[in-house]
Amino acid sequence: MSILVYTENWDGKFKKFSFELVSYAASIAKQTGSTVTALSIGNVADSELQKLSNYGTNKVLKITDDRFNSLDNKAMSKAIVAAAKAEGAKMIILAHNNLGKALAPRVAVRLQAGLETGVVALPVSFDPFIVKKKVFTGKAFAEVKINANVKVITLAQNSFEPVELHHSETIEAFNPQVADSDFTTTVKETNKVTGKVLLSDAEIVVSGGRGMKSGDNWGGLEEMADLLSAGMACSRPVSDEGWRSHTEHVGQTGKIIAPNLYMAFGISGAIQHLGGVSSSKVIVAVNKDKEAPIFEVADYGIVGDVFTVIPQMIEAIKEMKS
Amino acid sequence: MKILVLISNVPDTTTKIRFKSDNTAFDDAGVQWIINPWDELALTRAVELKEMGGVSLITVANVGNATTEPTLRKALAVGADDAIRIDVEARDAFEVATQLASVARDYDLIMAGIEASDYNGSAVGGMLAELLDIASVSSVSGINIENGQLFFNREIDGGSQVLSVTTPVVAIVQKGIAKEPRIPAMRGIMMARKKELKVTAPVSAEDRTSFVRFELPPKKAACKMVAEDNAKELIRLLHEEAKVL
Ligand SMILES: Cc1cc2nc3c(=O)[nH]c(=O)nc-3n(C[C@H](O)[C@H](O)[C@H](O)COP(=O)(O)OP(=O)(O)OC[C@H]3O[C@@H](n4cnc5c(N)ncnc54)[C@H](O)[C@@H]3O)c2cc1C
Repeated sequence: MSILVYTENWDGKFKKFSFELVSYAASIAKQTGSTVTALSIGNVADSELQKLSNYGTNKVLKITDDRFNSLDNKAMSKAIVAAAKAEGAKMIILAHNNLGKALAPRVAVRLQAGLETGVVALPVSFDPFIVKKKVFTGKAFAEVKINANVKVITLAQNSFEPVELHHSETIEAFNPQVADSDFTTTVKETNKVTGKVLLSDAEIVVSGGRGMKSGDNWGGLEEMADLLSAGMACSRPVSDEGWRSHTEHVGQTGKIIAPNLYMAFGISGAIQHLGGVSSSKVIVAVNKDKEAPIFEVADYGIVGDVFTVIPQMIEAIKEMKS
Repeated sequence: MKILVLISNVPDTTTKIRFKSDNTAFDDAGVQWIINPWDELALTRAVELKEMGGVSLITVANVGNATTEPTLRKALAVGADDAIRIDVEARDAFEVATQLASVARDYDLIMAGIEASDYNGSAVGGMLAELLDIASVSSVSGINIENGQLFFNREIDGGSQVLSVTTPVVAIVQKGIAKEPRIPAMRGIMMARKKELKVTAPVSAEDRTSFVRFELPPKKAACKMVAEDNAKELIRLLHEEAKVL
């Protein structure tokens, strides 16, 4: 049996998340006596593909057909299905991110597989096949059984620590038959923000809420984020008011993140906000109201005014760094 | 253009989550039910597009038993023209998608939310597209119609794109698709009573996953408090104790 992992690339590079996926697959492969094949779609140098073997791939299939650059969901899922069939894969693993969520359901239907998304740990058992995932936006966990013979899962970010294994790996070109008519979307325009730490990659996130009072008061938080190479986030009212870009909104209806450190300034900690950040390893809260619900989930807290605490924290960080 | 908006009936987002029957089922005693927040935004955008012209029909569809009807009535009050309820208790995403595929063929644009706020599956929209063998675009944060042609905004890591798409298409929508969910006005509520809510029998469908058990997250240890004038101590703790700085 083989396990197929779809390893997305970002401008030709892999990220820690890619290695988490491969490591996760390798760990299952070890327990079930299978091999791991990674599928890469796009222009990725062989030296980059080789990095996957450090985490346990036995083989990489690479597709370099430029038609896939539009990230067409229909065409890409056909390519993944073709690879799964070519490899006789009984398990297909994707990332629980924008692209993985877009492709996994299509792949599962086409392979008559059972799908579970947002899995947070190694399978609880293999026979029956049971995995654990978060439900109710982080308010609970569920164990779910996949009844079908072929399984498709998406793995949540930061739920599996990559382990170096150093397999030897073969890289093969793969050319699935995908018709032009399966490419259904045309990209008219792409706008990318450059030079900022992506919220989904950030190990540290600095976040502000309505307690920041206006869009003009973010200089301190930006400085702190710069010092810590942190990503910036905000609560929903902050992006609704236009104080910050909506790409920074975290929570139930925004982005869901799980950094090592999440620092919330002037955020009350509404249940919908916590849905997006409660998986962070360590949470720090600064809020002038000692009853604010954010303190129930925080590990460290200061009851105080953000405008006095933020400059002091910046000073202390500078001192620590020097 | 005809639009179908998929509607999931979910517990209010402030619901305290409890389980029953030895933690094998969600305890819905006393729960308030709402339109899944993303579906509500999708519907809002559909209504806006209709008001701008170019949309002839908005249908909402739900897979569920009779208890979901108040949610569908609310969707009608917000501005859908008619509603379809497929009369079966939803068990898993594949089953729901199979049911929806039986009513979704005649629409040009099908809108689904990025996930339902109860089981967080992120699966129904994509599965439906594959069952219908049509296009799908996920992470959609904007939809516009220009001269009968659909344009989507799609969020990608660190940016966004504008796409043109072929129809029929499933748009899996998220934040940004509409600014605020539309609240039904009195007139809408009155009109909704007269709109058609069609109940159809389910097709045969298999479920491929099943819940085994649920658990609540472990309780967090109490928050360690640091004095307001001692930010230095907080940084020291984060550096030396938590080791995250
Ligand atoms: C369906 C639904 C989905 C939602 N999704 C989201 C979501 O994804 N993300 C999200 O964030 N919200 C979401 N919300 C909104 C959520 O319910 C809260 O309204 C929101 O999170 C509150 O944002 P806040 O904490 O910034 O503001 P507030 O609740 O107003 O809190 C501001 C806090 O700042 C403190 N403060 C004020 N001044 C100072 C000062 N000078 N120094 C220190 N502290 C100060 C106050 O004590 C207060 O605790 C959603 C709501 C609904 C109904």
